[in-house]
Amino acid sequence: MKAVIFGSATLAAAAAIGVYTWQTTQTPDPCGNTSVAGASIGGPFELVSETGETVTDTDVITKPTLVYFGYTFCPDVCPIDSMRNAIAAEILADEGVDIGTIFISVDPQRDTVDVVRDYTDNFHPEMIGLTGSPEQIRAASQAYKTYYRAVEGDPDYYLVDHSTQTYLMFPETGFATFFRRDTPSEQVAEITACFVDQLA
Amino acid sequence: MTFPKLAALAMIIACGATAALADSALTITETRAFETAPGAMSGGGYLTITNTGTEDDKLVAVTADFPRVQLHTTEFENDVARMVHLDAIPVPAGDTVTLAPGGMHVMFMGLQGKPLTAGDEISATLVFEQAGEVPVTFDVVARDMPAPTGHENH
Repeated sequence: MKAVIFGSATLAAAAAIGVYTWQTTQTPDPCGNTSVAGASIGGPFELVSETGETVTDTDVITKPTLVYFGYTFCPDVCPIDSMRNAIAAEILADEGVDIGTIFISVDPQRDTVDVVRDYTDNFHPEMIGLTGSPEQIRAASQAYKTYYRAVEGDPDYYLVDHSTQTYLMFPETGFATFFRRDTPSEQVAEITACFVDQLA
Repeated sequence: MTFPKLAALAMIIACGATAALADSALTITETRAFETAPGAMSGGGYLTITNTGTEDDKLVAVTADFPRVQLHTTEFENDVARMVHLDAIPVPAGDTVTLAPGGMHVMFMGLQGKPLTAGDEISATLVFEQAGEVPVTFDVVARDMPAPTGHENH
């Protein structure tokens, strides 16, 4: 990721012209991945689990976990990213490292509990799919600083623009790093294993 | 039978589900779609189009037995994915155009109750501006699966 270090005046200008970006630095984190400096990502959320129960972040992030925001109507990008994360979890399982994977829907209108459960089970039997009310999803997305916007104009077959980064979260310490979608599963597994070692 | 016709026939045989059109300059290969979850509402189809002729062409539509089928691509900006509906995909003379995962794709919409299952075949028609209608079959295949472990793959 390119370094984008804004002064407050620049930030205001960027906001004024609608530029969406993160404040990041190129400083690699201890595991060699580009990290987000100064941003507080993650935190409490309340969503609806695969069984229809209301759950919080502490209920579902009980071990190192890859967290991704997407929607099930998405036929191309979301399945590729979800499968990448599932494969990373399998690679780590083979190495004796137990991590979780979570898919949070940004499409509350179509992504019911059943739809999200089926969708995530398709990638990994233990992938957790979360949905919720529009307000719950909005709050979770804001906590993780992700972007999504449903494209208006088609009541049944609308598309949703959305962020594609996957976050590595830990139960106690929260955000560790994030992965862009072009990071291969092997590298996601390697960097995740490094963080697990560091934070263990 | 002349040699070119024989070659075309051999190509049809060699490519199986592939549509190689004896009187057209378009060769369609790698027509496939990934399997979907049971409750999935959409699926992605992929293919490769080679135009060996001297006339530019365009893929303008795909029809199949779904409530809606569209051509899409995904644009990325600051890690945000934006799927975009394409009115047409140009296939210039002499070029090969690939619809592959992560880029352009055919979106089959409205699958409710009829998920795509590995081993299934989707009969579809590609509609080109010049070549007209080309019947094809998309083979439904499993996604790349996690590395072999004790887990059962779904």
